[in-house]
Amino acid sequence: MPSYETIAFRAQDCDGCMKCVTACAQAKSGADDPAQSRIQILGAAGKWELALCRQCGDPKCVSNCPSAALAKDAETGVVAWDADRCVDCLLCTVGCAYAGITRDARVGHVSKCDLCDGDPACVKACDRGALTLNTAARIHRRAAEREDLFAPGLAACQGCNSELLIRHTLRHVGPNTVVATPPGCIPGMGTVGYNGRTGTKVPVFHPLLTNTASMLTGIKRYYKRVGRDDVQVLALAGDGGTSDAGFQSLSGAAERDEPMLYICVDNEGYMNTGMQASSATTYGSWTSTTPVGERLQGKSTEAKNLPVVMMTHNCSYVATAATAFLEDFYEKLDKAIEVSKTGMAYLHVFAPCPTGWRFGSDRTTDVCRLAVETNFFALWDYTPDAGLTFTRPTGRPRPVREYLAGIGKYRHLSEGQVAHIQATVERKIAHLRRFERTGA
Amino acid sequence: MPHTRYLVVGASHAGLEAVTAIRHWDAEGSLTVLSREAHRPYSPTILPYVVSGRSRPERVALKDAAWFEARKVDLRCGEEVVSIDTAGAVARTASGTEWRYERLLLATGAAPAVPPVPGLADVRFHVLRTLDDALALRDAGAGATTAVVLGAGLVGLHAAEVLAKAGARVAVVERQAHALPGYLDAPAAGIVEAAFRDRGIALMTGRTVSSVQSRDGRPVSVTLDDGGTLPADLLLVGTGVRPATGFLEGSGIAVGQGILVDDTMRTNIADVWAAGDVAQARAFFGAAPIVNGILPDAVEQGRIAGMAMAGDPALKPYIGGLPINTFPFFGRHAVSVGIAGEDDPSVEIHRRLDARAGLYSRLSLKDGRLIGVCTVGMPIDAGVMWQLISRRVDLAPVKQDFVVAPLDTGRALMSRLWR
Ligand SMILES: Cc1cc2nc3c(=O)[nH]c(=O)nc-3n(C[C@H](O)[C@H](O)[C@H](O)COP(=O)(O)OP(=O)(O)OC[C@H]3O[C@@H](n4cnc5c(N)ncnc54)[C@H](O)[C@@H]3O)c2cc1C
Repeated sequence: MPSYETIAFRAQDCDGCMKCVTACAQAKSGADDPAQSRIQILGAAGKWELALCRQCGDPKCVSNCPSAALAKDAETGVVAWDADRCVDCLLCTVGCAYAGITRDARVGHVSKCDLCDGDPACVKACDRGALTLNTAARIHRRAAEREDLFAPGLAACQGCNSELLIRHTLRHVGPNTVVATPPGCIPGMGTVGYNGRTGTKVPVFHPLLTNTASMLTGIKRYYKRVGRDDVQVLALAGDGGTSDAGFQSLSGAAERDEPMLYICVDNEGYMNTGMQASSATTYGSWTSTTPVGERLQGKSTEAKNLPVVMMTHNCSYVATAATAFLEDFYEKLDKAIEVSKTGMAYLHVFAPCPTGWRFGSDRTTDVCRLAVETNFFALWDYTPDAGLTFTRPTGRPRPVREYLAGIGKYRHLSEGQVAHIQATVERKIAHLRRFERTGA
Repeated sequence: MPHTRYLVVGASHAGLEAVTAIRHWDAEGSLTVLSREAHRPYSPTILPYVVSGRSRPERVALKDAAWFEARKVDLRCGEEVVSIDTAGAVARTASGTEWRYERLLLATGAAPAVPPVPGLADVRFHVLRTLDDALALRDAGAGATTAVVLGAGLVGLHAAEVLAKAGARVAVVERQAHALPGYLDAPAAGIVEAAFRDRGIALMTGRTVSSVQSRDGRPVSVTLDDGGTLPADLLLVGTGVRPATGFLEGSGIAVGQGILVDDTMRTNIADVWAAGDVAQARAFFGAAPIVNGILPDAVEQGRIAGMAMAGDPALKPYIGGLPINTFPFFGRHAVSVGIAGEDDPSVEIHRRLDARAGLYSRLSLKDGRLIGVCTVGMPIDAGVMWQLISRRVDLAPVKQDFVVAPLDTGRALMSRLWR
């Protein structure tokens, strides 16, 4: 089944200006009358809501139509309405929970959003970014059309998002690449290979924990010297290999702004060797080296804030990402690939570990989402010129308790520890805000 | 003997929705649809528009051949099932074919219920349930100068409007106290009735027909219980429908008013399901199961039955049939969702009526939750109201806003619920 574009609404970004409503009325009926708009914004300041056709995948309006006047277009995904067949019975409106198809009394029949042939007037009129043509599906499809440069049958734990992450990364980075995977889960799941065969369709190697960034530096410089500057070098490293033993060489490469793409897949510890703590392990986490007992209640120190550390090096680009927000990740990945032709791009990607953190393997995406929505793991990107930009709103976070609640490694937390984590989250966000671009 | 994993009997809303649902989960299992109709699948609801000429009969098919082909569905038109052997899992058709099934869906809908009026059996009268009925009524309506319609339900009133527009003098006889009983409350029905009377249609509510007189097998006049007579060179019976269960005799499938089903539309026989106008299922309000007999519910039940038959784990059990209807008349609309609750003192009823302008709205709330809405001539989102009622959304925090502006408040509530 093809995937389609739809109009997405971010209530928190809507200021009720009604420009979308006017634009739709203009586009569809040549009038300014808001009643003739197919998009309606309702409610009151601070809590605007939307009535609009969602172009459902399994549209009830279509099922309810006795005259075959409605059909979902297999090509565009638009639920299309045929004036000639419509008998004005309104049974379609019975099926719609969104008020996305309603009767326009002036014209004497129902009307609904048709996505303006793929270029919606309302989206163009929205200057706050509250309405977007959600191209997530198209981007996923684009990713799927590219060659998967990993071999089938990698053996990550059930529910691990790293496999998804590295497959999609390499699809974007492309075949003209040399990959480094220092010790960690990613080589552990078979990417460097077994029995003399690699798990990738591009050259891959296994540096030491300590020297990933310096080895990539050398490889890139060698290729440059032989006239093949187009070869991309890529690190797929864990947080241990990045923020502990690997940090010295990483710091050097960042200081020199070496052209490379370095991706840190952060599962907050050494999860493939028995769940030991790393410097990226968060405060309060149970690990096998920060146990819960009479004295110790999980890790007693804060995690090293590596993305911020990298931001204050000399990198050309630094960003954070979480796989619950793949579109956001793709955007950053594309920027990073571009930047890494001339300088260092560092991506820090959140990788909750069902095995080591102890949560259900079906919950990884939920855990990612909650981490972002509680500001526990904020999404942003940074360039030295533009400063820091949050790519998901941080203004109205959920309490961090909601994130911690479902994760086994935090099960023992006392109220005081939860309050401590909440305060840390708030302090870290306030700190990040100081790097935000101000003014235009 | 042909064998099929899924056998669906009846190719209308319930049957087709089941096909869609089965294919969502099982893309390959052999699927056969048997339809008594020679025509491609169509909706009975479209028929008044075929009679009026607004819909061309060759353009009413709900799905084209490509739709069935793409879903690998073997649609057999003109195949009427005449008996079911549930022990052997075999359905026999009028043409003598025996189909062995693994899972059977009965979506045979309903057929007109004709009242035992003296003289009626001897005349040629019309009903409106099939496309052939509609074509016959269209042709007869073109020549008729006087028409009598029995029943002021959806079928009777739709047809009365069409016949009047075609030039006939029309009278409608309804046994109940007002038009569209069971769908509309009295004030809403009053507006509808006034619109019909304004166009010269005689609406005789609270009356029954005691006999029909004929000449040469053609109706000529109708006598009412009060002794009055009505001239009639066309007679349409629209006094309700009865689930089409005749062929189930001796099958062991339990039938009450309709085929009795559980919340997954399964009958008392493990591999047999039923959905739509033929089924009698849980009611949303009230304890006794009902034959809801409306299109949106046929769709809902068809989807549930299809999911259950295919074993789709996403299946959520049926929440019970809720009355819901939209009634277009002379370019206006009456919409009713849920119940009025007039006989329940704990129900809070908010009414606004402007009889002259033909505008009406009623909201019924119980314990801070919506249980029914009825409007005439005012915009309302029936689907949003259906959601608010069926999800039992607590309206207490927004009650004032909702009573004043149900449209906007309902939309905002649903938008928030969905995010
Ligand atoms: C004139 C008219 C107006 C209506 N207006 C409305 C309205 O405004 N709103 C509303 O909600 N509902 C309305 N309805 C009701 C609505 O059409 C039905 O609720 C809906 O069609 C039910 O769908 P179904 O699939 O259960 O049954 P049906 O649509 O009745 O389909 C059953 C199918 O099964 C076939 N069949 C029956 N027996 C056999 C057999 N033994 N073998 C093979 N095939 C068989 C029939 O030929 C038929 O095609 C109206 C109905 C009519 C007649």
